[in-house]
Amino acid sequence: MKIEINHQSVNMPSGISILDACKSANINIPTLCYLEDLFPSGSCRMCVVEIAGNKNLVTSCSTQITEGMKIFTHSNRVIAARKSILELLLSNHPDDCLYCDKNNTCELQKLSAELGVRNRNFSKQLIEKEIDKSSPSLIRDPSKCILCGRCVRVCEERQTVSAISFIKRGSQTKVTTAFDGGLNTSNCINCGQCAMVCPTGAIVEKNNIKDVLAALADKNKVVVVQHAPAISVTLGELFGFKPGSDVNGQMTAALRKMGFQFVFETSFSADVTIMEEASELVDRVKKGENLPLMTSCSPGWIKFVEHFYPEFLNNLSSCKSPQQMMGALIKNYWAFKKNINPRDVYSVSIMPCTAKKFEAGREEMITGGLADIDAVLTTRELAKMIDMFNINLAKLKPEDADDPLGEHSSAAKLFGVTGGVAEAALRTAAFLITNDDSQVHEIHEYRDLEGIKELTVTIAGITLKTVVISGLSNARLVLDDIKRGIKQYHFIEVMTCPGGCIAGGGQPFGLDKDRIVARMKALYQIDKNEKIRKSHHNKDVVKLYEEFLMHPLSQKSHELLHTKYKPRTGY
Amino acid sequence: MLIIFPRIILTLFSICDIIHIVMLNTDKNGDCMSKQNTNITVTSLLKKFPKANRGDLIPILQCVQEAEKFLSKNAMMEIGDFLKLPLSKVYGVATFYNQFKFHPPGKYQIQICRGTACHVEGSSTILAALISDLKINTGETTPDGLFSLEVVACIGACGLAPVMSINGEFFAKLTTEKIKHIIQDFRDKEASNE
Repeated sequence: MKIEINHQSVNMPSGISILDACKSANINIPTLCYLEDLFPSGSCRMCVVEIAGNKNLVTSCSTQITEGMKIFTHSNRVIAARKSILELLLSNHPDDCLYCDKNNTCELQKLSAELGVRNRNFSKQLIEKEIDKSSPSLIRDPSKCILCGRCVRVCEERQTVSAISFIKRGSQTKVTTAFDGGLNTSNCINCGQCAMVCPTGAIVEKNNIKDVLAALADKNKVVVVQHAPAISVTLGELFGFKPGSDVNGQMTAALRKMGFQFVFETSFSADVTIMEEASELVDRVKKGENLPLMTSCSPGWIKFVEHFYPEFLNNLSSCKSPQQMMGALIKNYWAFKKNINPRDVYSVSIMPCTAKKFEAGREEMITGGLADIDAVLTTRELAKMIDMFNINLAKLKPEDADDPLGEHSSAAKLFGVTGGVAEAALRTAAFLITNDDSQVHEIHEYRDLEGIKELTVTIAGITLKTVVISGLSNARLVLDDIKRGIKQYHFIEVMTCPGGCIAGGGQPFGLDKDRIVARMKALYQIDKNEKIRKSHHNKDVVKLYEEFLMHPLSQKSHELLHTKYKPRTGY
Repeated sequence: MLIIFPRIILTLFSICDIIHIVMLNTDKNGDCMSKQNTNITVTSLLKKFPKANRGDLIPILQCVQEAEKFLSKNAMMEIGDFLKLPLSKVYGVATFYNQFKFHPPGKYQIQICRGTACHVEGSSTILAALISDLKINTGETTPDGLFSLEVVACIGACGLAPVMSINGEFFAKLTTEKIKHIIQDFRDKEASNE
């Protein structure tokens, strides 16, 4: 189909929107409510364009191209309209950018700068609305909300949770939970995908930097930190590295500079998770009970099952997530080895995830009267702390993590991407079954961002039906199929966020696909370059079992590394 | 390694034969959400909508409100379960429309007119006086169940502005002073009845 954009003739496939056509012609149109892959709502009006012969401007996100269409994306009329629309949105927006969590990362702020908004043309009609601080993961400030609906659509369509929705109407309209209660009264799973897409500061993570700074300043505390597999390939983006840069060594150095005494890698406990979970799979297959085995690394997914599919609770792996395993090992294994009173240990984790904040506070995550984890920071909070300490990440000499909880296989690094847990598990399972360690299984069927990836693996005559899921709308489809008896599996990997932890709710804001793909490729590159590529090759993990846990699923590992969940109510 | 894994290796070999007959274990009767308090009236009302889908939400809300005089949390939860709609959506739709109430009506239902004529005559201060006297917001009911407060657009008595009605009885040419007395009279009446 031939169309004309800004006097340039271009060929486009029919049936696409003006916005998509412009995008493929490398013309950027500002948007506030648009979300890739979701049905356009056209509510923000920022993407209006002029079409020759049309009296009114049209929203490019929700208008399809037609043959011979002449589009003007940046005519005077269009720019003036966008500016007015923006000024109207700003008419009841608090002007507290300086104090806002989203300062410098806010799309509304960026657009105002782009469109040259320099004074207030519409008088301020600020409606004060109560800030919701009830969630351990997320903070909602409805007075900063521009009602674009991105959070509502992500929650409903991508995650099928619908914890939040629009209530009331007109000037009273508000995005909130059922009965306008706090997020903690709702069935919110804390995934933070809403925060990832929010164009303003209306939804942000609960900031725990203050707690960590206080611990770092406390001379009686031994502050240890672990960072998740997905952090090293995303943190760099916040410091000008190109997407997919691995800054593992620099991050470790930065953490030490800020005063963390010991730096560990969650990848170590991810290796432990593989040992435990693979054994659990074998055990369940042998007994023929509680199949399919479902992974339990993703705390959003766990809460999703608790709320919506309690009948599958027994199918969840009893393994705690790598974060919690590491926390339990730090206080109950490492501290004793180091002759440190576990009560003096302050355990921090850097996570790509807002749900991890909730998970760390769960009553199931207390071992021997001590919380496994004391504070969780997201990738974004870590970046803020690094800025606070004026550390130039690019100039740091890479450092290695501390022993013994800093050792990891590259299989554990794959935990950061959808399909990675399954791949890591199958690598170790293949060895367990065949006792042959000669080849590394690269499972390319798992290696993309598809939401549902099925694979039947046969290892030495044993057939395992597996499915890898990311995004809970996909999980719902699969669980419903299992309930109806249409599908049967032995092993299911679920990551709450579409794409996995590399696109988790604690990562740099935005869900730009190119960036997510770059992060995914980076993890697979790390795996390719690494010598130790299987969890059971991690020497320190082997040692941990030899000197402490004895063997996977031992009583000791049950005490420290396993847990159980129960049904949960909430609306 | 072998110290740790012999158990697993043995197990895996022994399961080769049985793995084909492993049936996947799911609970076919599992219900999505455990209901807390089911309301008999609501349950029986819902039977009137055997083939209901999400498009029937508003008629169902109306039907339940007609019977119960308001929409309780439990009623909305049950409607959500019934239509397989998230509760945030049910609540979102219900709060969109003025016709739906979320508190049981008080013994004395106050309707304060906020139409144009009443507005010009200062009904906003009258409303503010009611809110401060009753200590409730519009759409709410006092904890003792005596008064509920509702804002209406125009009750067609512009000549009496500002005006309100309590259980159909009109009170005209209101002032904040008058409001105090009217409310107090109802309270006294209630006290003497007891």
